[in-house]
Amino acid sequence: MHPALLGLLTIVIGVSGCIGYFYGSNLLLDKVIFPARGPNIGRNINRANLIRPWLFLFPAIFALGLYLAYPVVETLRLSLTDRDAGGAFVGLQNYSQMFGEPKFWEALRNNFLWLLIVPAGATGFGLLAAQLTDRIRWGNLAKSLIFMPMAISFVGAGVIWKLVYEQRPVDVEQIGVLNAIWLGLGGAEPQTWLTIPLWNNFFLMIVLVWIQTGFAMVILSAALRGIPEETIEAAIIDGASPFQIFFKIKVPQIMGTIVVVWTTITLVVLKVFDIVFAMTNGQWETQVLANYMFDKLFRANDWGVGSASAMIIMLLVTPILVWNVRSVRKETQ
Amino acid sequence: MATINLDQLTKSYGPDEVLHHISGDINDSEFVVIVGPSGCGKSTLLRMIAGLETVTSGEISIGGKIVNEIEPADRDIAMVFQNYALYPHMSVRENMAYGLKIRKTPKDEITRRVNEAADILEIREYLDRKPRQLSGGQRQRVAMGRAIVRDPQVFLFDEPLSNLDAKLRVQMRLEIRKLQKRLGVTSIYVTHDQVEAMTLGDRLMVLNAGYVEQFDTPIELYERPASMFVAGFIGSPAMNFLTATGGDGLVILDNGTALPTRLSTSGPVIAGIRPEHLIAEPEGVLPVRVEMLEQLGANTLVHGVLDGSDIPIVASVTGIQSLPVNDVVRFTPGPDALHLFDANTERRLS
Repeated sequence: MHPALLGLLTIVIGVSGCIGYFYGSNLLLDKVIFPARGPNIGRNINRANLIRPWLFLFPAIFALGLYLAYPVVETLRLSLTDRDAGGAFVGLQNYSQMFGEPKFWEALRNNFLWLLIVPAGATGFGLLAAQLTDRIRWGNLAKSLIFMPMAISFVGAGVIWKLVYEQRPVDVEQIGVLNAIWLGLGGAEPQTWLTIPLWNNFFLMIVLVWIQTGFAMVILSAALRGIPEETIEAAIIDGASPFQIFFKIKVPQIMGTIVVVWTTITLVVLKVFDIVFAMTNGQWETQVLANYMFDKLFRANDWGVGSASAMIIMLLVTPILVWNVRSVRKETQ
Repeated sequence: MATINLDQLTKSYGPDEVLHHISGDINDSEFVVIVGPSGCGKSTLLRMIAGLETVTSGEISIGGKIVNEIEPADRDIAMVFQNYALYPHMSVRENMAYGLKIRKTPKDEITRRVNEAADILEIREYLDRKPRQLSGGQRQRVAMGRAIVRDPQVFLFDEPLSNLDAKLRVQMRLEIRKLQKRLGVTSIYVTHDQVEAMTLGDRLMVLNAGYVEQFDTPIELYERPASMFVAGFIGSPAMNFLTATGGDGLVILDNGTALPTRLSTSGPVIAGIRPEHLIAEPEGVLPVRVEMLEQLGANTLVHGVLDGSDIPIVASVTGIQSLPVNDVVRFTPGPDALHLFDANTERRLS
């Protein structure tokens, strides 16, 4: 069958299945199990109303349980077993093995660097872009351009930036923009940027900053627009300079949104995988936790250590996620 | 303290001129209210004086100095906004001190001035609260405190009471008036509320569609409105307007009634009579068919039409009156109660 037709069929079956479930189960509850008639009519209606929310919540709870809660438990179990001993329980041995690997510590250090730089960079540039494009005629065009990388997949972005960092022999024309600029500015020979330890991390981070700046900008731009115009005019009359207005009047008023944007990007950073996978695959000291996990799980087929590293990532993400959800709630109150 | 002079002030947005050659001189320590209906340009005019809007043509002088090109911060003005415009992330104290802090006023001087202003406005106990913890009236006081601490040459008020409930509005109105007299700072106050304007202003500038209709004392506006617009805008309920024909020492209403006047006019005129100047008399010259009564306690508003026509007439009679609805009651204008306007230009014939 034609794939498009297949897709359409899937949608039709899925949607009608959903409608059928909600309508049918609701009908079953009201007409058959607890019918609103007979001697116990009042009790029946109350009971039906007690059950109804669970009926409607069930599909979501089931899907979340199957695809979210169960994998967490299973990953925890796998991280405590050893594949060589036929899946025997080995306690924390996988963890101690992992902690003994320099590559793990390298990944942890790099993740920490990403954590420091990418959220700050993306939020900072996003705020700058939001403020600078706020009142100008072509501001919306600029915003669209800055937002566009959001539409590119991480792998796609990785490939694009790999071309930016591309290196050719010195006597050949450079197709990598960075090397072209480097030589144009008087650099002696073209550099293989992605193999320079420590620095290459930053070259990878730029890709994520490039993608996430658009996200930060859109959210912060909306927040900036939400600031009452009168407070800014009051500050103008109070004699505040444009910098003072920005940092002392505007930024404090959108601090809640800045925190939400910051933590949201932090979560993306902790899970960063595709960019590293596509550009360096963790070589030249650019390993990150998610790629380390992938290496262990699918390359080395060591689900024990792989699961252990997954647990570490989850442990790091959870507190930030909780904080993020709390900030969002505070924002929307 | 300063005088403010507006000279042929014009404001255009693109091709649309919204303020047309506004001129007027505001004296030192005077309280001037700019009043007019929504969209008449009164807020724009105030914002031009504040420096928040550019001037298309004409000149604004504060204290004898042309300020067209001077930044708002350097005009030595303070402004109270409609929505208070308090900085939500700062405490009341910080809100009031911010302007002084930016101007690098010494710390103890800031403290002294903030406390002084807080005492005047009785907000001392709220100084460490955030604006969101205050009620509307308290916020309004803080907004005024922020203006007072700066000790400016001019206060500008942009409908500062419109977000308060009716009772609080009356109370704050009196307080603003007292405060202005006490501090003696030249003030410009924008409102669409004619009662607020009448009670607050030493003089009122009545704006209509970007033109100054009249710039005079409240009593003068009431007794000698320069145009039908002012006559209809000032006073509540609004003045009755009747088409008439001018004559020698009298005007003849369309229904044939002749009303005596001191003026001699000719051709079509508009006769204006305030509702409170209509006296019910058995021999009255104006027969009014009563349609509805509004009993307000102190007075009763009689809504009706001139008998035999559909020209609406409102009369205000003192006390609680129960006039029979659908009957004809005769009214006579009090002495000198007649205002005459040119039917074409709508200007006063004096």
